[in-house]
Amino acid sequence: MKRTLSKTSINGFINYGIVIAAFLILQLLMAQGMISNTLKSLLVPVCCYIVMAISLNLTVGILGELSLGHAGFMSLGAFSGIVAAMAMQEFSPVPRLIAAILVGSIAGALGGVLVGVPVLRLQGDYLAIVTLAFGEIIRNIIVVLYVGLDQKGIHITTNSAGPALEEGGIMVIKGPMGAVGVPKLASFTAGFVLILITLFVVQNLVNSRAGRAIMALRDNRIAAESVGIHVTKYKLMAFVISAALAGAAGALFGLNYSSTVSSKFGFNTSILILVFVVLGGLGSIRGSIISAALLYILPEMLRGFEFITKARMLIYAVILIAVMLTINNPALKSLLEERDLSLGGLLGKLKNGGRAKKGGAGQ
Amino acid sequence: MSGSTDNRKNGTPVMRAENLGITFGGLHAVSGFDMEMYEGELIGLIGPNGAGKTTVFNLLTGVYQPTEGNFYLHGKSMLGKKPHQMAKEGIARTFQNIRLFKDLSVLENVKVAFNQSMSYSMLEGILRLPRYWKEEEEIERKAKEILAVFHMEGEVDQKAKNLPYGRQRKLEIARAIATGAKILLLDEPAAGMNPTETAELMETITLIRTRFGVSILLIEHDMSLVMSICERIVVIDYGQIIASGSPYEVANDPKVIGAYLGQDE
Repeated sequence: MKRTLSKTSINGFINYGIVIAAFLILQLLMAQGMISNTLKSLLVPVCCYIVMAISLNLTVGILGELSLGHAGFMSLGAFSGIVAAMAMQEFSPVPRLIAAILVGSIAGALGGVLVGVPVLRLQGDYLAIVTLAFGEIIRNIIVVLYVGLDQKGIHITTNSAGPALEEGGIMVIKGPMGAVGVPKLASFTAGFVLILITLFVVQNLVNSRAGRAIMALRDNRIAAESVGIHVTKYKLMAFVISAALAGAAGALFGLNYSSTVSSKFGFNTSILILVFVVLGGLGSIRGSIISAALLYILPEMLRGFEFITKARMLIYAVILIAVMLTINNPALKSLLEERDLSLGGLLGKLKNGGRAKKGGAGQ
Repeated sequence: MSGSTDNRKNGTPVMRAENLGITFGGLHAVSGFDMEMYEGELIGLIGPNGAGKTTVFNLLTGVYQPTEGNFYLHGKSMLGKKPHQMAKEGIARTFQNIRLFKDLSVLENVKVAFNQSMSYSMLEGILRLPRYWKEEEEIERKAKEILAVFHMEGEVDQKAKNLPYGRQRKLEIARAIATGAKILLLDEPAAGMNPTETAELMETITLIRTRFGVSILLIEHDMSLVMSICERIVVIDYGQIIASGSPYEVANDPKVIGAYLGQDE
């Protein structure tokens, strides 16, 4: 079947293109030894945060509901992914990683259902508050969780003595010490593939009837209901997919370090991801990718300069404020809009494109 | 009533309200609302501001649940149905204050309304399986057909919020048609329109009645519009029907004149 490309699908392909090009360039630079070890160590987390930003954008930008607990889903994914990877000692790294990411995304999705079912009946600020609380609850639960593995399977307890394990059993999560002795299965390639999968899922979802229904809910809930859109169903769909992707990113993130503590996934992380999304432009997938990559690497790069090390977070904050002021500058906005270059304009194209103009083909 | 007798010969009414009413606290917003609507009819619902016209619409579309009475579509009770279920039952509406999906394109606004007639699952949509392409192609064609009836085929890619006012009103009607509804409730479609736009709207309403075979219940303050296109008019005041009949009968009813102009006590 021949299908002419619409603006929307072109926009989607540009996003794939950007990610693939960045990956190839980085691979090339690495082969040439032109990338510092600091930057190399950032590659996997950057991939994770890009996935986090895209998935949060699904909730905040496309569904239009504010979530302040996205790191909670990441946390669920990280720890369940670690447990899964540790339980599969006898397998080779690649299937272990894939299984861990799958388990992580399922854990994230379950968390999404758990929070979403009662909470998506709420709107606006209330949802934000509940998701914030959820993120904190997850963090605090994992602090008191002791998980061990032995021949008989997984043992979970909140007793600080830890579960009684048989010979040869290992502790995976040690309460406040978090997960320890984690195999470093994550790789840049895995992160790259996960970004592509995330793009595939989110972009195709947005351009299907479900995506239209979700955006219709965002724009006008009452009108959406009046044309037969089931509000709870579609809100939950967007929210759970977003949580599942966050869980997958979390699993990859967790398997990139030999130890992980739950405080890594606190409120600050949730806000950090929200900052990526807002600065990248609500609803703009490309914006999320670019801003997550730049804003995550920026403070780390600032470490490199001796004289600003101490003031690094201050400089980061100043840059954020400068970016916000610039992109909200009315004069600049109108200029960009005239040329249709703004992220909003690109988003407009993304949505206005009217996918799949298949003039007479396919029959 | 001569205009509507033909319609009444065949079968049950498409919509029937029986003693329908709703109370907010102690306030009887609507009470004892009885009405029958037959296939293809165009009925006007008029009354002074605050008479309860929009409340009637909200009752008929499931936004409010009636506290008394019942109403039926094709003889089937609609009590307890939610708004999205009412759309499935074949009733669609427009809003007094326009409610479009403002950041979606004109075409997408109409496509959203086809959602309930589509069957591919979320997974099929993400994986772009054959059913996705088949159904998307089909609704793309159907949506464009509907927009063509409204002479909006040139604006399919525009964002809804960028349309001029009159066109936004039209798009809302197009969207309601796209749900496949057989009963349309139009809430002040001519509000804020100039005489030319109103005349164009009247033509559109007459056209969609025949083209899509819908029955229409219309709230309107523009009396020239109501009097010229409605076959029957129902007048409500303080939540109760005070008169109903042909435009001529209603216009000469002393109660109606009293409701609009005030009565000598």
